[in-house]
Amino acid sequence: MRLRSLQILVVCLLVAFWYVMTAPGLIPPFYFDKANRAAFFFGEPQKVFWVIVEWFTTGEIFGHLGITLLETALGFFIGSAFGLAIGLWLALSPTASAVMDPYIKGFNSMPRVVLAPIFAVWFGLGVWSKVALGVTLVFFVVFFNVYQGVREVSPNLIANARMLGASRRQLLRSIYLPSAMSWVFASLHNAVGLAFVGAVVGEYLGSSRGVGYLILQAEGTFDINTVFAGILVLTAFALALDAAVGSVERRLMTWQPRASETEKV
Amino acid sequence: MNSSVPALKLEDITCRFAARDGGGAYTAVANASLSIAEGEFVSVVGPTGCGKSTLLNIAAGLLAPSQGSVSVFGQPLIAADGVNRRAGYMFQADALMPWRTGIDNVIAGLEFRGVPRAEAVGQGEAWLRRVGLAGFGDRYPHQMSGGMRKRLALAQTLILSPDILLMDEPFSALDVQTRQLMENELLALWAEDRKSVLFITHDLEEAIALSDRVVVLSAGPATRPIGDFKVDLPRPRDVSEIRMTPGFLALHREIWAAMKEEVLKAYAAQKAA
Repeated sequence: MRLRSLQILVVCLLVAFWYVMTAPGLIPPFYFDKANRAAFFFGEPQKVFWVIVEWFTTGEIFGHLGITLLETALGFFIGSAFGLAIGLWLALSPTASAVMDPYIKGFNSMPRVVLAPIFAVWFGLGVWSKVALGVTLVFFVVFFNVYQGVREVSPNLIANARMLGASRRQLLRSIYLPSAMSWVFASLHNAVGLAFVGAVVGEYLGSSRGVGYLILQAEGTFDINTVFAGILVLTAFALALDAAVGSVERRLMTWQPRASETEKV
Repeated sequence: MNSSVPALKLEDITCRFAARDGGGAYTAVANASLSIAEGEFVSVVGPTGCGKSTLLNIAAGLLAPSQGSVSVFGQPLIAADGVNRRAGYMFQADALMPWRTGIDNVIAGLEFRGVPRAEAVGQGEAWLRRVGLAGFGDRYPHQMSGGMRKRLALAQTLILSPDILLMDEPFSALDVQTRQLMENELLALWAEDRKSVLFITHDLEEAIALSDRVVVLSAGPATRPIGDFKVDLPRPRDVSEIRMTPGFLALHREIWAAMKEEVLKAYAAQKAA
Protein backbone atom coordinates (compact mmCIF):
# COMPACT_ATOMS: atom_id res chain seq x y z
CA MET A 1 0.00 0.00 0.00
CA ARG A 2 2.79 2.34 1.00
CA LEU A 3 4.63 1.31 -2.15
CA ARG A 4 1.58 2.04 -4.29
CA SER A 5 1.18 5.54 -2.84
CA LEU A 6 4.86 6.25 -3.45
CA GLN A 7 4.45 5.11 -7.04
CA ILE A 8 1.47 7.45 -7.50
CA LEU A 9 3.48 10.25 -5.93
CA VAL A 10 6.19 9.79 -8.58
CA VAL A 11 3.59 10.18 -11.36
CA CYS A 12 2.14 13.28 -9.70
CA LEU A 13 5.57 14.86 -9.34
CA LEU A 14 6.41 14.13 -12.97
CA VAL A 15 3.13 15.59 -14.22
CA ALA A 16 3.52 18.61 -11.95
CA PHE A 17 7.04 19.18 -13.22
CA TRP A 18 5.79 18.86 -16.80
CA TYR A 19 2.98 21.36 -16.13
CA VAL A 20 5.18 23.91 -14.38
CA MET A 21 7.82 23.82 -17.09
CA THR A 22 5.42 24.10 -20.03
CA ALA A 23 2.46 26.25 -18.92
CA PRO A 24 2.84 29.52 -20.86
CA GLY A 25 3.61 32.46 -18.62
CA LEU A 26 3.72 30.50 -15.37
CA ILE A 27 7.44 30.90 -14.96
CA PRO A 28 9.57 33.32 -16.99
CA PRO A 29 11.05 31.61 -20.08
CA PHE A 30 14.72 30.75 -19.47
CA TYR A 31 15.64 28.71 -22.54
CA PHE A 32 13.11 29.59 -25.23
CA ASP A 33 12.68 33.22 -26.24
CA LYS A 34 8.88 33.13 -26.10
CA ALA A 35 6.56 32.08 -23.31
CA ASN A 36 4.51 29.55 -25.36
CA ARG A 37 7.48 27.82 -26.98
CA ALA A 38 7.92 25.20 -24.26
CA ALA A 39 4.27 24.18 -24.68
CA PHE A 40 4.79 23.95 -28.43
CA PHE A 41 7.69 21.52 -28.12
CA PHE A 42 6.70 19.51 -25.07
CA GLY A 43 2.91 19.73 -24.98
CA GLU A 44 0.88 20.44 -21.86
CA PRO A 45 -0.34 17.71 -19.53
CA GLN A 46 -3.88 19.04 -19.14
CA LYS A 47 -4.31 19.32 -22.90
CA VAL A 48 -2.94 15.81 -23.40
CA PHE A 49 -5.44 14.62 -20.83
CA TRP A 50 -8.34 16.28 -22.63
CA VAL A 51 -7.26 14.79 -25.96
CA ILE A 52 -7.40 11.34 -24.40
CA VAL A 53 -10.76 12.04 -22.77
CA GLU A 54 -12.13 13.23 -26.08
CA TRP A 55 -10.81 10.17 -27.88
CA PHE A 56 -12.58 7.86 -25.49
CA THR A 57 -15.81 9.87 -25.13
CA THR A 58 -16.31 10.27 -28.87
CA GLY A 59 -15.13 6.71 -29.43
CA GLU A 60 -12.73 7.90 -32.10
CA ILE A 61 -9.83 5.95 -30.59
CA PHE A 62 -11.52 2.55 -30.49
CA GLY A 63 -11.24 1.79 -34.17
CA HIS A 64 -7.55 2.71 -34.20
CA LEU A 65 -6.79 0.90 -30.98
CA GLY A 66 -8.68 -2.16 -32.20
CA ILE A 67 -6.56 -2.28 -35.35
CA THR A 68 -3.32 -1.90 -33.40
CA LEU A 69 -4.31 -4.61 -30.94
CA LEU A 70 -5.43 -6.91 -33.75
CA GLU A 71 -2.07 -6.48 -35.45
CA THR A 72 -0.31 -7.12 -32.16
CA ALA A 73 -2.30 -10.27 -31.47
CA LEU A 74 -1.85 -11.68 -34.98
CA GLY A 75 1.87 -10.88 -35.00
CA PHE A 76 2.25 -12.45 -31.60
CA PHE A 77 0.38 -15.69 -32.33
CA ILE A 78 1.77 -16.28 -35.80
CA GLY A 79 5.30 -15.42 -34.71
CA SER A 80 5.08 -17.66 -31.63
CA ALA A 81 3.65 -20.57 -33.64
CA PHE A 82 6.47 -20.33 -36.19
CA GLY A 83 9.06 -19.90 -33.46
CA LEU A 84 7.77 -22.94 -31.60
CA ALA A 85 7.53 -25.15 -34.68
CA ILE A 86 10.91 -24.24 -36.16
CA GLY A 87 12.59 -24.17 -32.75
CA LEU A 88 11.40 -27.72 -32.03
CA TRP A 89 12.39 -28.90 -35.49
CA LEU A 90 15.92 -27.49 -35.42
CA ALA A 91 16.56 -28.52 -31.82
CA LEU A 92 15.58 -32.12 -32.56
CA SER A 93 17.37 -32.40 -35.88
CA PRO A 94 21.10 -31.65 -35.54
CA THR A 95 21.72 -31.72 -39.30
CA ALA A 96 19.03 -29.17 -40.09
CA SER A 97 20.25 -27.07 -37.21
CA ALA A 98 23.84 -27.10 -38.50
CA VAL A 99 22.70 -26.16 -42.02
CA MET A 100 20.37 -23.36 -40.90
CA ASP A 101 22.64 -21.93 -38.21
CA PRO A 102 24.32 -19.11 -40.24
CA TYR A 103 20.98 -18.04 -41.75
CA ILE A 104 19.25 -17.88 -38.40
CA LYS A 105 22.13 -15.87 -36.99
CA GLY A 106 22.09 -13.59 -40.04
CA PHE A 107 18.36 -12.89 -39.89
CA ASN A 108 18.53 -12.31 -36.19
CA SER A 109 21.33 -9.76 -36.37
CA MET A 110 19.65 -7.89 -39.21
CA PRO A 111 17.83 -4.75 -37.97
CA ARG A 112 14.41 -6.01 -38.92
CA VAL A 113 12.66 -2.67 -38.72
CA VAL A 114 14.20 -1.85 -42.12
CA LEU A 115 12.01 -4.60 -43.54
CA ALA A 116 8.88 -2.56 -42.81
CA PRO A 117 8.89 -0.65 -46.16
CA ILE A 118 9.38 -3.94 -48.01
CA PHE A 119 6.48 -5.52 -46.16
CA ALA A 120 4.36 -2.48 -47.01
CA VAL A 121 5.11 -3.13 -50.68
CA TRP A 122 4.46 -6.87 -50.38
CA PHE A 123 1.41 -6.87 -48.15
CA GLY A 124 -0.04 -3.43 -48.77
CA LEU A 125 -0.79 -0.70 -46.25
CA GLY A 126 -3.38 -2.76 -44.37
CA VAL A 127 -3.09 -4.99 -41.34
CA TRP A 128 -0.85 -7.67 -42.82
CA SER A 129 2.29 -5.63 -43.41
CA LYS A 130 2.31 -4.76 -39.68
CA VAL A 131 1.63 -8.35 -38.73
CA ALA A 132 4.56 -9.43 -40.89
CA LEU A 133 6.87 -7.02 -39.10
CA GLY A 134 5.61 -8.20 -35.72
CA VAL A 135 6.13 -11.82 -36.77
CA THR A 136 9.77 -11.23 -37.71
CA LEU A 137 10.36 -9.64 -34.30
CA VAL A 138 8.46 -12.20 -32.23
CA PHE A 139 9.71 -15.23 -34.11
CA PHE A 140 13.32 -14.97 -33.00
CA VAL A 141 12.58 -14.39 -29.34
CA VAL A 142 10.37 -17.48 -29.21
CA PHE A 143 12.59 -19.48 -31.52
CA PHE A 144 15.75 -19.05 -29.47
CA ASN A 145 13.93 -19.83 -26.26
CA VAL A 146 12.36 -23.00 -27.62
CA TYR A 147 15.65 -24.08 -29.13
CA GLN A 148 17.43 -23.54 -25.86
CA GLY A 149 14.59 -25.13 -23.90
CA VAL A 150 14.59 -28.33 -25.92
CA ARG A 151 18.37 -28.60 -25.85
CA GLU A 152 18.45 -28.22 -22.10
CA VAL A 153 15.91 -30.90 -21.29
CA SER A 154 17.58 -33.07 -18.70
CA PRO A 155 18.90 -36.27 -20.33
CA ASN A 156 17.63 -38.07 -17.24
CA LEU A 157 14.08 -37.03 -18.01
CA ILE A 158 14.37 -38.32 -21.56
CA ALA A 159 15.98 -41.59 -20.46
CA ASN A 160 13.26 -42.06 -17.85
CA ALA A 161 10.47 -41.46 -20.35
CA ARG A 162 12.10 -43.86 -22.79
CA MET A 163 12.37 -46.53 -20.11
CA LEU A 164 8.68 -45.99 -19.34
CA GLY A 165 8.01 -46.82 -22.97
CA ALA A 166 7.57 -43.44 -24.65
CA SER A 167 7.79 -43.44 -28.44
CA ARG A 168 9.44 -40.55 -30.29
CA ARG A 169 6.07 -38.86 -30.73
CA GLN A 170 5.22 -39.29 -27.08
CA LEU A 171 8.62 -37.93 -26.09
CA LEU A 172 7.88 -34.84 -28.15
CA ARG A 173 4.44 -34.39 -26.61
CA SER A 174 5.15 -35.15 -23.00
CA ILE A 175 8.79 -34.12 -22.56
CA TYR A 176 10.07 -31.72 -25.20
CA LEU A 177 6.95 -29.62 -25.64
CA PRO A 178 6.17 -28.96 -21.96
CA SER A 179 9.82 -28.30 -21.30
CA ALA A 180 9.99 -25.84 -24.20
CA MET A 181 6.74 -24.21 -23.07
CA SER A 182 8.29 -23.08 -19.81
CA TRP A 183 10.94 -21.27 -21.83
CA VAL A 184 8.32 -19.85 -24.18
CA PHE A 185 6.46 -18.39 -21.25
CA ALA A 186 9.66 -16.88 -19.98
CA SER A 187 9.95 -15.05 -23.30
CA LEU A 188 6.28 -14.18 -23.59
CA HIS A 189 6.49 -10.75 -21.98
CA ASN A 190 9.21 -9.86 -24.42
CA ALA A 191 7.33 -11.35 -27.35
CA VAL A 192 4.12 -9.42 -26.67
CA GLY A 193 6.09 -6.21 -26.31
CA LEU A 194 7.83 -6.81 -29.62
CA ALA A 195 4.58 -7.63 -31.42
CA PHE A 196 3.26 -4.30 -30.17
CA VAL A 197 6.41 -2.53 -31.39
CA GLY A 198 6.04 -4.21 -34.77
CA ALA A 199 2.43 -3.05 -35.09
CA VAL A 200 3.08 0.55 -34.07
CA VAL A 201 6.27 0.97 -36.10
CA GLY A 202 4.52 -0.55 -39.10
CA GLU A 203 1.63 1.88 -38.74
CA TYR A 204 3.99 4.75 -38.28
CA LEU A 205 5.78 3.94 -41.54
CA GLY A 206 2.67 3.70 -43.65
CA SER A 207 -0.97 3.05 -42.87
CA SER A 208 -4.43 4.53 -42.81
CA ARG A 209 -5.55 3.33 -39.40
CA GLY A 210 -4.15 2.49 -35.99
CA VAL A 211 -2.68 4.40 -33.05
CA GLY A 212 0.67 4.69 -34.84
CA TYR A 213 -1.18 6.38 -37.70
CA LEU A 214 -2.82 8.82 -35.27
CA ILE A 215 0.60 9.75 -33.91
CA LEU A 216 2.01 10.18 -37.39
CA GLN A 217 -0.92 12.45 -38.38
CA ALA A 218 -0.56 14.61 -35.28
CA GLU A 219 3.15 14.91 -35.85
CA GLY A 220 2.49 16.11 -39.40
CA THR A 221 0.53 19.08 -38.01
CA PHE A 222 2.93 19.72 -35.09
CA ASP A 223 0.15 18.77 -32.69
CA ILE A 224 2.48 17.65 -29.91
CA ASN A 225 -0.33 17.14 -27.39
CA THR A 226 -1.95 14.48 -29.58
CA VAL A 227 1.42 12.78 -30.08
CA PHE A 228 1.85 12.51 -26.33
CA ALA A 229 -1.74 11.34 -25.92
CA GLY A 230 -1.08 8.56 -28.44
CA ILE A 231 2.10 7.56 -26.64
CA LEU A 232 0.33 7.46 -23.27
CA VAL A 233 -2.54 5.35 -24.61
CA LEU A 234 -0.05 2.93 -26.18
CA THR A 235 1.90 2.69 -22.95
CA ALA A 236 -1.24 1.98 -20.94
CA PHE A 237 -2.25 -0.81 -23.29
CA ALA A 238 1.26 -2.27 -23.35
CA LEU A 239 1.09 -2.49 -19.56
CA ALA A 240 -2.37 -4.08 -19.74
CA LEU A 241 -1.12 -6.67 -22.24
CA ASP A 242 1.83 -7.44 -20.03
CA ALA A 243 -0.46 -7.95 -17.05
CA ALA A 244 -2.69 -10.24 -19.13
CA VAL A 245 0.33 -12.33 -20.13
CA GLY A 246 1.39 -12.48 -16.50
CA SER A 247 -1.98 -13.85 -15.40
CA VAL A 248 -2.04 -16.45 -18.21
CA GLU A 249 1.47 -17.47 -17.25
CA ARG A 250 0.56 -17.88 -13.58
CA ARG A 251 -2.41 -20.03 -14.51
CA LEU A 252 -0.50 -22.33 -16.88
CA MET A 253 2.73 -22.63 -14.95
CA THR A 254 1.37 -23.76 -11.59
CA TRP A 255 3.83 -26.62 -11.61
CA GLN A 256 6.78 -24.31 -11.31
CA PRO A 257 8.07 -23.62 -7.84
CA ARG A 258 7.87 -20.01 -6.81
CA ALA A 259 10.39 -18.49 -4.47
CA SER A 260 9.63 -19.28 -0.83
CA GLU A 261 6.28 -20.83 -1.50
CA THR A 262 4.45 -22.21 1.49
CA GLU A 263 1.34 -24.27 1.62
CA LYS A 264 -1.77 -22.70 3.15
CA VAL A 265 -3.21 -25.05 5.71
CA MET B 1 9.07 -70.77 -14.67
CA ASN B 2 12.32 -71.42 -16.44
CA SER B 3 14.91 -70.51 -13.87
CA SER B 4 17.88 -71.77 -15.87
CA VAL B 5 17.70 -68.77 -18.21
CA PRO B 6 19.04 -65.70 -16.42
CA ALA B 7 16.78 -62.65 -16.31
CA LEU B 8 19.67 -60.47 -17.33
CA LYS B 9 23.02 -61.52 -18.67
CA LEU B 10 25.89 -59.21 -19.59
CA GLU B 11 28.66 -61.01 -21.42
CA ASP B 12 32.17 -59.70 -21.89
CA ILE B 13 31.02 -56.09 -22.00
CA THR B 14 33.56 -53.44 -22.95
CA CYS B 15 32.58 -49.82 -23.17
CA ARG B 16 34.87 -47.16 -24.58
CA PHE B 17 34.06 -43.46 -24.79
CA ALA B 18 35.72 -41.18 -27.30
CA ALA B 19 37.81 -38.64 -25.45
CA ARG B 20 36.58 -35.07 -25.66
CA ASP B 21 40.00 -33.42 -25.96
CA GLY B 22 41.26 -35.59 -28.80
CA GLY B 23 43.34 -37.84 -26.52
CA GLY B 24 42.98 -41.61 -26.30
CA ALA B 25 39.55 -43.14 -25.78
CA TYR B 26 38.48 -43.71 -22.20
CA THR B 27 37.65 -47.30 -21.39
CA ALA B 28 34.96 -47.19 -18.70
CA VAL B 29 34.17 -50.89 -18.54
CA ALA B 30 36.35 -53.75 -19.76
CA ASN B 31 35.41 -57.40 -20.23
CA ALA B 32 32.71 -57.31 -17.60
CA SER B 33 30.31 -60.22 -17.27
CA LEU B 34 27.37 -60.33 -14.94
CA SER B 35 24.35 -62.54 -14.69
CA ILE B 36 21.20 -62.13 -12.66
CA ALA B 37 18.80 -65.00 -12.07
CA GLU B 38 15.06 -64.57 -12.10
CA GLY B 39 13.89 -63.19 -8.77
CA GLU B 40 17.39 -62.43 -7.60
CA PHE B 41 18.38 -59.19 -5.87
CA VAL B 42 21.92 -58.33 -6.90
CA SER B 43 23.83 -55.28 -5.76
CA VAL B 44 26.85 -53.92 -7.54
CA VAL B 45 29.25 -51.94 -5.39
CA GLY B 46 32.38 -50.18 -6.42
CA PRO B 47 34.42 -47.08 -5.76
CA THR B 48 33.19 -43.74 -6.97
CA GLY B 49 33.51 -43.09 -10.70
CA CYS B 50 34.10 -46.70 -11.62
CA GLY B 51 31.47 -46.99 -14.34
CA LYS B 52 28.66 -48.53 -12.31
CA SER B 53 26.08 -46.37 -14.04
CA THR B 54 27.56 -47.21 -17.44
CA LEU B 55 26.95 -50.86 -16.73
CA LEU B 56 23.36 -50.14 -15.73
CA ASN B 57 22.70 -48.02 -18.83
CA ILE B 58 23.95 -50.90 -20.96
CA ALA B 59 21.60 -53.29 -19.16
CA ALA B 60 18.76 -50.81 -19.77
CA GLY B 61 19.51 -50.61 -23.48
CA LEU B 62 20.09 -46.85 -23.22
CA LEU B 63 23.73 -47.30 -24.15
CA ALA B 64 25.24 -49.71 -26.68
CA PRO B 65 28.41 -51.47 -25.48
CA SER B 66 31.49 -51.18 -27.71
CA GLN B 67 31.85 -54.90 -27.42
CA GLY B 68 30.02 -57.80 -25.84
CA SER B 69 26.38 -58.76 -25.65
CA VAL B 70 23.38 -58.35 -23.39
CA SER B 71 20.54 -60.80 -23.19
CA VAL B 72 17.24 -60.46 -21.40
CA PHE B 73 15.52 -63.75 -20.55
CA GLY B 74 17.56 -65.30 -23.34
CA GLN B 75 16.68 -62.65 -25.94
CA PRO B 76 19.54 -60.49 -27.21
CA LEU B 77 19.15 -56.80 -26.39
CA ILE B 78 20.26 -54.36 -29.08
CA ALA B 79 20.32 -50.75 -27.96
CA ALA B 80 19.77 -49.40 -31.49
CA ASP B 81 16.40 -51.19 -31.63
CA GLY B 82 15.18 -49.52 -28.46
CA VAL B 83 15.41 -49.85 -24.72
CA ASN B 84 15.00 -52.94 -22.58
CA ARG B 85 11.20 -53.24 -22.51
CA ARG B 86 11.17 -55.72 -19.67
CA ALA B 87 13.11 -53.48 -17.33
CA GLY B 88 12.17 -50.56 -15.12
CA TYR B 89 14.84 -48.01 -14.29
CA MET B 90 15.06 -45.87 -11.21
CA PHE B 91 17.52 -43.05 -11.66
CA GLN B 92 19.90 -41.53 -9.19
CA ALA B 93 18.81 -37.98 -9.95
CA ASP B 94 15.26 -36.74 -10.09
CA ALA B 95 13.65 -37.88 -13.32
CA LEU B 96 10.04 -36.96 -12.59
CA MET B 97 8.29 -34.64 -15.01
CA PRO B 98 8.01 -31.38 -13.07
CA TRP B 99 4.97 -30.23 -15.07
CA ARG B 100 2.91 -33.29 -14.13
CA THR B 101 1.17 -33.85 -10.83
CA GLY B 102 2.02 -36.89 -8.74
CA ILE B 103 -0.70 -39.05 -10.20
CA ASP B 104 0.08 -38.01 -13.77
CA ASN B 105 3.72 -38.90 -13.19
CA VAL B 106 2.82 -42.31 -11.81
CA ILE B 107 0.59 -43.19 -14.76
CA ALA B 108 2.97 -41.83 -17.42
CA GLY B 109 4.12 -45.31 -18.40
CA LEU B 110 0.55 -46.61 -18.68
CA GLU B 111 -0.34 -43.56 -20.75
CA PHE B 112 2.56 -44.29 -23.13
CA ARG B 113 1.20 -47.82 -23.49
CA GLY B 114 -2.23 -46.52 -24.41
CA VAL B 115 -4.08 -47.61 -21.27
CA PRO B 116 -7.38 -45.66 -20.99
CA ARG B 117 -7.06 -42.79 -18.55
CA ALA B 118 -9.75 -43.85 -16.08
CA GLU B 119 -8.20 -47.27 -15.70
CA ALA B 120 -4.69 -45.82 -15.45
CA VAL B 121 -5.75 -43.38 -12.74
CA GLY B 122 -7.33 -46.23 -10.79
CA GLN B 123 -4.10 -48.20 -10.87
CA GLY B 124 -2.10 -45.06 -10.14
CA GLU B 125 -4.13 -44.30 -7.00
CA ALA B 126 -3.57 -47.86 -5.81
CA TRP B 127 0.18 -47.47 -6.30
CA LEU B 128 0.23 -44.12 -4.55
CA ARG B 129 -1.35 -45.86 -1.56
CA ARG B 130 1.19 -48.67 -1.71
CA VAL B 131 4.11 -46.28 -1.55
CA GLY B 132 2.46 -44.21 1.16
CA LEU B 133 1.50 -41.21 -0.93
CA ALA B 134 -2.29 -41.55 -0.82
CA GLY B 135 -3.81 -38.08 -1.10
CA PHE B 136 -0.68 -36.53 -2.56
CA GLY B 137 -1.61 -37.29 -6.16
CA ASP B 138 -2.50 -33.69 -6.97
CA ARG B 139 0.82 -32.27 -5.77
CA TYR B 140 3.55 -31.29 -8.15
CA PRO B 141 7.01 -32.79 -7.60
CA HIS B 142 8.41 -29.48 -6.36
CA GLN B 143 5.83 -29.51 -3.58
CA MET B 144 7.14 -32.83 -2.28
CA SER B 145 10.14 -33.72 -0.15
CA GLY B 146 13.06 -35.71 -1.50
CA GLY B 147 11.77 -38.91 0.09
CA MET B 148 8.29 -38.42 -1.36
CA ARG B 149 9.73 -37.85 -4.81
CA LYS B 150 11.67 -41.11 -4.53
CA ARG B 151 8.48 -42.96 -3.56
CA LEU B 152 6.74 -41.38 -6.52
CA ALA B 153 9.56 -42.49 -8.82
CA LEU B 154 9.32 -45.99 -7.34
CA ALA B 155 5.57 -46.11 -8.02
CA GLN B 156 6.14 -44.74 -11.52
CA THR B 157 8.54 -47.58 -12.26
CA LEU B 158 6.72 -50.40 -10.49
CA ILE B 159 3.25 -49.66 -11.89
CA LEU B 160 4.41 -51.20 -15.17
CA SER B 161 5.43 -54.32 -13.20
CA PRO B 162 8.76 -54.72 -14.98
CA ASP B 163 10.40 -58.15 -14.80
CA ILE B 164 13.73 -56.55 -14.09
CA LEU B 165 14.29 -53.56 -11.87
CA LEU B 166 17.40 -51.48 -12.48
CA MET B 167 18.26 -49.05 -9.70
CA ASP B 168 21.06 -46.52 -9.84
CA GLU B 169 21.88 -45.37 -6.31
CA PRO B 170 18.22 -44.44 -5.94
CA PHE B 171 18.44 -43.44 -2.30
CA SER B 172 21.85 -41.81 -2.24
CA ALA B 173 20.41 -38.29 -2.06
CA LEU B 174 18.28 -39.05 1.00
CA ASP B 175 19.13 -38.53 4.65
CA VAL B 176 20.01 -41.64 6.65
CA GLN B 177 16.63 -42.10 8.37
CA THR B 178 14.54 -41.64 5.23
CA ARG B 179 16.93 -43.87 3.42
CA GLN B 180 16.48 -46.79 5.80
CA LEU B 181 12.70 -46.38 5.62
CA MET B 182 12.85 -46.45 1.84
CA GLU B 183 15.12 -49.49 1.86
CA ASN B 184 12.65 -51.38 4.04
CA GLU B 185 9.79 -50.33 1.81
CA LEU B 186 11.67 -51.47 -1.25
CA LEU B 187 12.30 -54.86 0.35
CA ALA B 188 8.63 -55.20 1.29
CA LEU B 189 7.48 -54.35 -2.23
CA TRP B 190 10.09 -56.66 -3.72
CA ALA B 191 9.07 -59.52 -1.43
CA GLU B 192 5.52 -59.37 -2.86
CA ASP B 193 6.47 -60.55 -6.32
CA ARG B 194 10.23 -61.11 -6.36
CA LYS B 195 11.40 -59.35 -9.50
CA SER B 196 15.01 -59.50 -10.55
CA VAL B 197 16.81 -56.44 -9.24
CA LEU B 198 20.12 -54.94 -10.25
CA PHE B 199 20.92 -52.39 -7.58
CA ILE B 200 23.87 -50.06 -7.98
CA THR B 201 25.32 -48.40 -4.92
CA HIS B 202 28.58 -47.21 -3.45
CA ASP B 203 27.33 -48.06 0.03
CA LEU B 204 28.42 -51.55 1.03
CA GLU B 205 26.09 -51.71 4.05
CA GLU B 206 23.09 -50.92 1.88
CA ALA B 207 24.21 -53.54 -0.63
CA ILE B 208 24.54 -56.31 1.95
CA ALA B 209 21.34 -55.41 3.78
CA LEU B 210 19.23 -55.58 0.62
CA SER B 211 20.74 -58.22 -1.61
CA ASP B 212 21.05 -61.92 -2.30
CA ARG B 213 24.38 -61.33 -3.94
CA VAL B 214 26.95 -58.50 -3.92
CA VAL B 215 29.26 -57.94 -6.86
CA VAL B 216 32.35 -55.80 -6.29
CA LEU B 217 33.73 -53.77 -9.17
CA SER B 218 37.33 -52.71 -9.60
CA ALA B 219 38.36 -49.05 -9.71
CA GLY B 220 38.05 -47.31 -13.07
CA PRO B 221 39.16 -47.08 -15.82
CA ALA B 222 38.50 -50.52 -17.33
CA THR B 223 36.16 -51.59 -14.56
CA ARG B 224 35.30 -55.25 -14.20
CA PRO B 225 33.81 -57.39 -11.45
CA ILE B 226 36.51 -58.63 -9.08
CA GLY B 227 34.43 -60.30 -6.43
CA ASP B 228 31.07 -62.02 -6.10
CA PHE B 229 29.69 -62.67 -2.63
CA LYS B 230 26.58 -64.56 -1.67
CA VAL B 231 24.54 -62.94 1.10
CA ASP B 232 22.70 -65.73 2.91
CA LEU B 233 21.15 -63.63 5.65
CA PRO B 234 17.56 -64.65 6.44
CA ARG B 235 14.60 -62.79 4.97
CA PRO B 236 12.45 -60.87 5.69
CA ARG B 237 15.05 -58.39 6.85
CA ASP B 238 14.93 -55.08 8.62
CA VAL B 239 17.77 -53.03 7.22
CA SER B 240 18.48 -51.13 10.41
CA GLU B 241 18.47 -54.23 12.60
CA ILE B 242 20.35 -56.54 10.29
CA ARG B 243 23.35 -54.24 10.40
CA MET B 244 23.97 -55.34 13.99
CA THR B 245 23.96 -59.10 13.39
CA PRO B 246 27.24 -61.06 13.46
CA GLY B 247 26.52 -62.60 10.03
CA PHE B 248 26.23 -59.14 8.53
CA LEU B 249 29.41 -57.91 10.15
CA ALA B 250 31.38 -60.93 8.98
CA LEU B 251 30.20 -60.41 5.41
CA HIS B 252 30.92 -56.73 5.63
CA ARG B 253 34.47 -57.45 6.77
CA GLU B 254 35.01 -59.99 4.01
CA ILE B 255 33.67 -57.81 1.18
CA TRP B 256 35.32 -54.67 2.46
CA ALA B 257 38.68 -56.46 2.41
CA ALA B 258 38.17 -57.07 -1.31
CA MET B 259 36.91 -53.54 -1.94
CA LYS B 260 39.34 -51.54 0.12
CA GLU B 261 42.25 -51.71 -2.28
CA GLU B 262 40.05 -50.59 -5.19
CA VAL B 263 38.63 -47.70 -3.21
CA LEU B 264 42.12 -46.51 -2.34
CA LYS B 265 43.16 -46.87 -5.97
CA ALA B 266 40.21 -44.78 -7.13
CA TYR B 267 40.98 -42.17 -4.50
CA ALA B 268 44.64 -41.98 -5.56
CA ALA B 269 43.62 -41.67 -9.23
CA GLN B 270 41.23 -38.84 -8.42
CA LYS B 271 43.84 -37.02 -6.39
CA ALA B 272 46.39 -37.34 -9.20
CA ALA B 273 43.95 -36.01 -11.82
